[in-house]
Amino acid sequence: MFALGTAIFAAVLGALGYALRRARGQSAPRPFNGNALIAVGGVIIPAAIIISLVVLTALTQRALSAPPTPPALTIDVIGHQFWWEVRYPQHGVTTANEIHLPTGQPVQLRLTSADVIHSFWVPQLAGKLDLNPGQTNTLWIQADRADVYRGICAEFCGIQHTLMLFLVVAEPPDQFAAWLEARRAPPPRPVEPVLQRGQRVFSEAGCAFCHAIEGTVATPPTGTVGPDLTHLGSRRTLAAGIIDNTPENLASWIVRPQEIKPGNRMPNTPLGAEDLQALVAYLESLR
Amino acid sequence: MATLERPPTTTQALTRLWSTPAGLVGWLSAVNHRAIGARFMVTALAFFLLAGVQALAIRLQLARPGLSILSPEAYNQNFTMHGVVMMFLFAIPVLEGLGMYIVPLMIGTRDMAFPRLSAFGYWVYLLAGLGLFGAFFLGSAPNSGWFNYVPLSGPGFSPGANIDFYAVLLTFLEISALAAAVELIVTILKQRAPGMAIHRIPLFVWSILVMAFMIVFAMPALIVASVMLELDRAAGTHFYNPAAGGDPLLWQHLFWFFGHPEVYIILLPALGIVSAIVATFTRRPVMGYTAVALSTVAIGFLSFGLWVHHMFATGVPLLGTSFFAAASMMIAIPSGVQVFAWIATIANGRIVLKTPFLYVLGFIFLFVLGGITGVMVAAMPFDLQVHDSYFVVAHFHYVIIGGMVFPLLGGLFYWFPKMTGKLPGERLGRWSFWLQFIGFNLTFFGMHILGFWGMPRRIYTYLPGFGWDFLNLVATIGAFILGLGFVLYLANLAYSLWRGEPAGDDPWGGATLEWATTSPPPQYNFRAIPTVRSRTPLWDEEEPDDADRARDHTRRMVALPDEGREILSTTVVDARPQGRVLLPGPSLWPFWLAAAVGFIFYGMLFDLILVPIGAVLAAAALVAWHWPREEEEAP
Repeated sequence: MFALGTAIFAAVLGALGYALRRARGQSAPRPFNGNALIAVGGVIIPAAIIISLVVLTALTQRALSAPPTPPALTIDVIGHQFWWEVRYPQHGVTTANEIHLPTGQPVQLRLTSADVIHSFWVPQLAGKLDLNPGQTNTLWIQADRADVYRGICAEFCGIQHTLMLFLVVAEPPDQFAAWLEARRAPPPRPVEPVLQRGQRVFSEAGCAFCHAIEGTVATPPTGTVGPDLTHLGSRRTLAAGIIDNTPENLASWIVRPQEIKPGNRMPNTPLGAEDLQALVAYLESLR
Repeated sequence: MATLERPPTTTQALTRLWSTPAGLVGWLSAVNHRAIGARFMVTALAFFLLAGVQALAIRLQLARPGLSILSPEAYNQNFTMHGVVMMFLFAIPVLEGLGMYIVPLMIGTRDMAFPRLSAFGYWVYLLAGLGLFGAFFLGSAPNSGWFNYVPLSGPGFSPGANIDFYAVLLTFLEISALAAAVELIVTILKQRAPGMAIHRIPLFVWSILVMAFMIVFAMPALIVASVMLELDRAAGTHFYNPAAGGDPLLWQHLFWFFGHPEVYIILLPALGIVSAIVATFTRRPVMGYTAVALSTVAIGFLSFGLWVHHMFATGVPLLGTSFFAAASMMIAIPSGVQVFAWIATIANGRIVLKTPFLYVLGFIFLFVLGGITGVMVAAMPFDLQVHDSYFVVAHFHYVIIGGMVFPLLGGLFYWFPKMTGKLPGERLGRWSFWLQFIGFNLTFFGMHILGFWGMPRRIYTYLPGFGWDFLNLVATIGAFILGLGFVLYLANLAYSLWRGEPAGDDPWGGATLEWATTSPPPQYNFRAIPTVRSRTPLWDEEEPDDADRARDHTRRMVALPDEGREILSTTVVDARPQGRVLLPGPSLWPFWLAAAVGFIFYGMLFDLILVPIGAVLAAAALVAWHWPREEEEAP
């Protein structure tokens, strides 16, 4: 495509350059068959290129429209302002902003939105497809190399469209199966006092209004406004792919999310130092 | 063409008949096509500078990763307004203004068909434009992009007044675009000089004609979409609400049914400008006239059949996208015809390398590049990768700045002597061209690469470590060079207006009728209506640089009696004289009607009680406008 484009560009500029030289070099212009140039350069050559491009496009589209083998795994991706809900409906697993999938096989994604239009884009894996409210679009992707791929929202979706990122973690099938199995179990009940205190802070400071943690009082259908935090400790990033998941970052994010990601839906939550420390320790223990 | 047997009209009588009253009231009641056209152009250029400053703010914010010169909300308002202002307050009005100014001169008539409608259109444009910018300075400008997708722009997710300004004021504004379009169509079809049959219409006039028809068919889609959006927001309807059976994609279809033709609405007149400049500066009529005129019409038709290529990523069915992909690529054929027609003309010509011609050469370079990336994004698999990335930002700036702004600047430079009687400075003209050309490529070429590397559009910042830093910094530096070029260009024109060399009637040796009259033209444009026997009336018989030909030309003219503001109407196809039409003179009522209609629209934004008041005032103004007066009745 680029080679063809460059060649066409060079050819047109070459014709222009020739015309300019010709026009400047002569005092009395010799007649020149302009109509032939217009017909060949303006109609015949573009038409030939366009016809071949249309055929190539149709062939590529057909190749891309269905995977070689039917995908065994289905993942639901639901766009929210300004984060990604990720569900594995065959396994009853819910997570956020991080899509794990097995390498070497096609995976079906069902895309929809809970609010405005978003667009799913992992540049290294597939073209983009919109997440429209009230409609489900399906996309299949396949990662052949085990790696962590970056994804972004590609449709302007409001004040924090910019910082609505996610990760695609492609793992060998057995590692992926282990990851999925671990996500199906609720996290262990906190036994250490600091973790128990953290869990209490979670329910009392208002976190549970928006966030769910499997195995606690805050289980769906309550707590579906924000990302599910059931296995938060195992995730690589926070705040939809923008900061690394470290205790320090988590603490800053809880206290002042509006400074890190202005305009996002999570309010600043002032907490005492000990409460905050306990909450962070509890959340990071959810693996 | 036989000359009508009438005594030659005296210039004093004509001046008295066609002049505009003095003073503020006179200024507000002016209806002359040159006055109104110039106001459109000057106002549009002011908006162009303001939106350019917004672009520089965007580039400053993106110069390095993680900057916070603009808050996310300020950034979103900035890029939204940059698009809205450039498209609605600059590109369309400036071209309509140029058309209003030049077309009557080019086709040899004395004014537009509906002079008071021109004035009304200008006041509507000014009032709506000031409101949009007022919202920006109040910090509640539209903030959902110029495309303004629902449901983000709907009542649920944009509760503030920002989007109301968009929906209400753009509807108000489009009244102006429609008024100008209707007028240009009638003027071009019915007022061409005797003999200017359909195969002799200058290519610039062809392009304005097609543009005006496109406005008439495209704008209603936007108006309908905006009205439904405002009903959703203000009256609780559910046109776009999926939860109640509405459809967000409906907005996208309506918006792009307007929005894609819009791109060609602003591109076609630019192609017409290029044809005019190429002919003058190669001393040759453009080769393949029929092919170029037909390809202009073809672009107009095709452009209504490819809006879905903006929606490839929405999940529309595959078969449909193939059709729209093919239609999008087909645009390359009529565009290619025009490009090669100019190249063939240049090859046969004797080139005069002045600033307007430099702009044409720059245009061909940038437009061909933008056209090629356009064919690329029309291929759906490719588009799904680069859609909504900086590749698209680069593509459409090549097409719009390269394809429309460069020819426009060349055209303003070209017609500046006709409008003002002064020659623009050639040295500064070249400087500003090169600054713009280099600055433009520095700014936008790298964006192709950024888009391919995955940088999405409409982001207020980016994280370090993506490898995007260097090209973004280059783009910011380029943007300031480009801005300097624009400022230098406008400063050059302003200085020339003040101290420029006298231009004479025809400084470039042009072939079309506007060069047959004085610079600036008299109030009545032509002392007598010229007749035309070819596509290049001023190059007939004499050598192009024969200084006497304009005077000689007047021998074949049609005189009109000096009893009123009269124009000659001619038949649509052959331009045979049909009759005399009496035009209305200066009036304050277009201004008052625009103000009253403004009450209606601003009432929707601020207080509904103003709406009925405005409606009553508007009805009164309309009655007063059309009240028959004795001196206006046809003799």
